[in-house]
Amino acid sequence: MEKTVNQKAWFLVLPVLFLVAFSAVLPLMTVVNYAFQDTFGNNQFFWAGLSWFSDLLHSDRMWSALGRQMVFSIIILAIEVPLGIFVALNMPKKGFWASFCLVTMSLPLLIPWNVVGTIWQIFGRVDIGLLGYTLDKLGIPYNYTQEFYAAWATVIVMDVWHWTSLVALLAYAGLQSIPDAYYQAAKIDQASRWKVFRFIELPKIMGVMMIAILLRFMDSFMIYTEPFVVTGGGPGNSTTFLSIDLVKMALGQFDLGPAAAFSLMYFLVIMLISWVFYTIMTNLEKREGA
Amino acid sequence: MADQSPSQIAPRSFALPRIKGRVVVMTLYLLFLLLPIYWLLNMSLKTNTEILNTFTLWPRNLTFANYATILTDPSWYMGYVNSMIYVVMNTAISVAVALPAAYAFSRYSFMGDKHLFFWLLTNRMAPPAVFALPFFQLYSSIGLFDTHIAVALAHCLFNVPLAVWILEGFMRGVPKEIDETAYIDGYSFGRFFIKIFIPLIASGVGVAAFFCFMFSWVELLLSRTLTSVDAKPIAATMTRTVGASGIDWGVLAAAGVLTILPGALVIYFVRNYIAKGFALGRV
Repeated sequence: MEKTVNQKAWFLVLPVLFLVAFSAVLPLMTVVNYAFQDTFGNNQFFWAGLSWFSDLLHSDRMWSALGRQMVFSIIILAIEVPLGIFVALNMPKKGFWASFCLVTMSLPLLIPWNVVGTIWQIFGRVDIGLLGYTLDKLGIPYNYTQEFYAAWATVIVMDVWHWTSLVALLAYAGLQSIPDAYYQAAKIDQASRWKVFRFIELPKIMGVMMIAILLRFMDSFMIYTEPFVVTGGGPGNSTTFLSIDLVKMALGQFDLGPAAAFSLMYFLVIMLISWVFYTIMTNLEKREGA
Repeated sequence: MADQSPSQIAPRSFALPRIKGRVVVMTLYLLFLLLPIYWLLNMSLKTNTEILNTFTLWPRNLTFANYATILTDPSWYMGYVNSMIYVVMNTAISVAVALPAAYAFSRYSFMGDKHLFFWLLTNRMAPPAVFALPFFQLYSSIGLFDTHIAVALAHCLFNVPLAVWILEGFMRGVPKEIDETAYIDGYSFGRFFIKIFIPLIASGVGVAAFFCFMFSWVELLLSRTLTSVDAKPIAATMTRTVGASGIDWGVLAAAGVLTILPGALVIYFVRNYIAKGFALGRV
């Protein structure tokens, strides 16, 4: 749609601007403030320059947390995106069962995140959980509080359980918007099921899938509550992701300076990646509009 | 999405074997989604003795004692009330400020609009962990610590951008001629916006409200950091079940089941718009 140039539209945006400035810019300035200073208590602060940042760049703790975070986000995307599209392709198109599937699939999305953690914490327990008990009876050694692989598997399966529906719902919305004429044309051309997917469905859902990937990447990149409840970041540090590490540093040990420097770099990484996604997204939209 | 023309949903090559494949895939997937929830429900209806001593697939001694514990103890059920209060406050604030802004973004171009839009989005992407400590200090210093409004305002951080994004998507679908006709007919902006425009995008407002509700309801890190007693959310109250004598599994499970209910209720009302909503109005 063509937009009229109207500078007065700024007035309509003002309430949002004030509110978000209050809840985002103001706190962020505190973070910036801490990131460059040191304190020995009593509210006395000393200029620390860039020392927190250079410490951070040489700290194994930060790099390994970042590494784990990257691996986690990549695994999550690699499972959830194809699985979500596959589920969406198999969903009923209309009627009672379509509504039923939609409601059931949205259910995990509406559970408070720590309850999601609790559900899987219980579900995976060898003594009282269905999953843990079954695996144990099958003779598979499984203990998510002690073993590295069990902990990672639990956290990943939990995230797949929690969020695949989001990808599926987005893909479903995209598929619903494809006019039937496309399928009829494909039928006349005797296109195979794979070709229909590759040349009709996939290009048509690209736009929404970018939103899905963007949302899933961001949310998995700042995941905190669920793994914290299930594994507490352990065993050792093996499931300590960036947010868990940051909260430990800021609220647990009250290391304000390093935590603030950490926060800023964390935020910058996220901004950078979302900017890349956002640019791709708006370009896709433009191409569709043209 | 709700009103498909018949030609769009006409069956396409639905041969019998394919339908079977679909049913199998969906059944397996829904089973995977429902099993952990069923297990929680199952546990909430058992006594602690049964949970710990015998492994049963359904409760043998059906008991509602766990639910009774929660619904009769104010320190438990006030958790739900607190969560509800700040979630509703947040939803109202977010949608109210987002409506005019979304209208501006969808209809006009103005200086810095694209940058502003992206800046708003970055707040949706901001990790709550980054904001936990500054929020705590900010709201403590202005005397709002442990109040509902503090949590409601804090959640605006990610809900306002989301509401703007969703509403802008829906508003784009409304032809501009409607605005112009209304202005020619002598409507003022305010009257047009409230009387004509908002009813037109009612489903969009519903979806935006639903998403604000959802994200405020599921968030814990900020709501826990900003409250101690008076406004403590239910999700944080749940940690109470860890007592000296170990964990009270039955009550924990019952509390978990009760947190799922509000979401399941609101989802029923927006079920036909969920998919479009998750696509942020962009399908």
